[in-house]
Amino acid sequence: MSEILRFATAGSVDDGKSTLIGRLLYDTKSIFEDQMEAVERTSEKMGSEYVNLALLTDGLRAEREQGITIDVAYRYFATPKRKFIIADTPGHIQYTRNMVTGASTADVALILVDARNGVIEQSRRHSFIASLLRIPHIVVCVNKMDLVDYQEEAFNKVRDEFREFAMRLDVPDLSFIPVSALVGDNVVDRSDKMPWYDGPPLLSHLETIHTASDHNMVDVRFPVQYVIRPMSDEYHDYRGYAGTVAGGVLKPGDDVVVLPSGFESTIKSIDTFDGPVDEAFAPMAVTIRLNDEIDISRGDMICRPNNRPTVSQDVDAMVCWMDESQTLVPRKKYAIKHTSRAGRVMVKDINYRLDINTLHRDEEATEIKLNEIGRISFRSTLPLFIDEYRRNRQTGSFVLIDETSNATVAAGMILGESAG
Amino acid sequence: MSYELSHLRELEAESIHIMREVAAEFENPVLMFSGGKDSIVMLRLAEKAFAPAKIPYPVLHIDTGHNFPEVIDFRDRRTAEVGARLIVASVQQTIDQGRVAEETGARASRNRLQTTTLLDAIEEHRFDALFGGARRDEEKSRAKERVYSFRDDFGQWDPKAQRPELWNLYNGRIKTGEHIRVFPISNWTELDIWQYIADDNVDIPSIYFAHKRNVFERDGMLLAENAFVERMEGEDVFEELVRYRTVGDITITGAVESSADTVEKIIEEVAATRQTERGATRADDRVSEAAMEDRKKEGYF
Repeated sequence: MSEILRFATAGSVDDGKSTLIGRLLYDTKSIFEDQMEAVERTSEKMGSEYVNLALLTDGLRAEREQGITIDVAYRYFATPKRKFIIADTPGHIQYTRNMVTGASTADVALILVDARNGVIEQSRRHSFIASLLRIPHIVVCVNKMDLVDYQEEAFNKVRDEFREFAMRLDVPDLSFIPVSALVGDNVVDRSDKMPWYDGPPLLSHLETIHTASDHNMVDVRFPVQYVIRPMSDEYHDYRGYAGTVAGGVLKPGDDVVVLPSGFESTIKSIDTFDGPVDEAFAPMAVTIRLNDEIDISRGDMICRPNNRPTVSQDVDAMVCWMDESQTLVPRKKYAIKHTSRAGRVMVKDINYRLDINTLHRDEEATEIKLNEIGRISFRSTLPLFIDEYRRNRQTGSFVLIDETSNATVAAGMILGESAG
Repeated sequence: MSYELSHLRELEAESIHIMREVAAEFENPVLMFSGGKDSIVMLRLAEKAFAPAKIPYPVLHIDTGHNFPEVIDFRDRRTAEVGARLIVASVQQTIDQGRVAEETGARASRNRLQTTTLLDAIEEHRFDALFGGARRDEEKSRAKERVYSFRDDFGQWDPKAQRPELWNLYNGRIKTGEHIRVFPISNWTELDIWQYIADDNVDIPSIYFAHKRNVFERDGMLLAENAFVERMEGEDVFEELVRYRTVGDITITGAVESSADTVEKIIEEVAATRQTERGATRADDRVSEAAMEDRKKEGYF
């Protein structure tokens, strides 16, 4: 089990998300006295009747003044079993790009549903984004159970409704927990008000979710990030390829092939500052030396001769558009960053735009606007070494950058090589 | 064999990835080093990222002139050990040049003046990426800052116009005059830093460990008796067993009462503490709820 668990939450003030996070932080003693005092002072100043735990996460002046969340906030807490990194994002549709950002690195998505309202549009949208970004585990907290008299029927209704909807999505692991964030039922401590629920409270569940198997341990992918040449007498002939393992397990002696050149060699050693290691796997950052002198530079990919990524200039992908000053339109050119490879692409076609509330595909769409998601095909000036995003979140993802403003305008998830 | 990393090794790998990415994509990066524990860990991570080669960028210290002598000794020794070029940008020099005016009075501090010194150094050396040791758990506005934090040609941070940052793909594209502040230890907490220091036997300045020191109390904090602060009425000096949780300008950095004289004892203390490190030890962040955000917008670290 991986010691760090990264989870993403999305939601708005009224569904109790901030209260839930506040509760997790408070009950695990991760909120410090001076932070709590500052929140109490500000709540009082704003005329709030109760201590507004949302103030713990809303860090920017504009957010505090307007009582809104405008960006991804990262929060940290730890229990003796695990260290948690929360990517806390606002839930409204105009913040889809923030949700996508928070979801990109998450192992778990925490989705809150108000037990009184059932599955609403927002819950569907959040689940869709979690599945699009391939968050392997979704935990649905059916919140405000105190307001439905802790009734099992209310919980079951939400759970069944959610399951039915989730069948249309690709969710490998889906679980449901009845909670009351306000009162603290089933958040950190087990509630005695819902004897019918025999699962763990939220925190124990998060502490035991098994995430190591979520990394791809099969397909060896090592994007070369930086070439290390010490230029010193002691390491005169040293030539190491530094990078972060994106998939598979590498060992000294392994046969490898380097893309795009296609030259083959074997691994001489896998080096780190603390000495050579017997094997390297994701997400280790190591330096690889090969037994043959071949010309390798940043952007190249080391993999196994019998298991290579697709090498292609024509790619199909889902994209989320993130820029407010322009829209994505066919024929436009962008800079792309994919693994350690940087190049240029031209958008060839918009296949469809997806309505993220209904999942309806609009094939007539001619542009993709801020916070919209669609399927596109593009051509790259350089061949890219791609895997399907669902198989590898590292070699399957990319960002597009506007070459004039330098803004990051799109996040992309690769579907595969374009047909024809 | 299980393919899992401890949390420290996972954080380490993430930081090394960022440091290599910057070395590969920028012309003129520099690592900001204060002699504090966070920048010390950052320097160790840089050493790890490029071994057996040397760190391919210099080290920059913004020197307020109001230092703990132990920290300056440490800075000189440690940068020599890793073979890095040390650039010292002096706030005193910025004052002498008439670029900023020294604050006056008992609460005078050079904290805010550092921003001008830093921005001048960036311009003079044409730095395009500056590594900082800020962590997101330190302060609320930092919790929302990107790992690659874009600064315009005035060095300003615009919290509402930050570039989305996804997966481990960082956008380092800038125009002339702009730069990126890079925070490779964004996801580390204070406790992670201490655990790493213990795990890796990282050397740190002596003032982090409990020692007897002449201090006086101001605003509920213990400040060191020093040549740069005028004491006000009632601020009597007394000896106390203290240690520092953070290291910064001597005029605004508070000590905490502590008997922790080993890294292990410090870890126990940090794990049990009920005050944030900035709240307990930094006068500059007590000014207002948004003190850090406002300084950052002007180009502060």
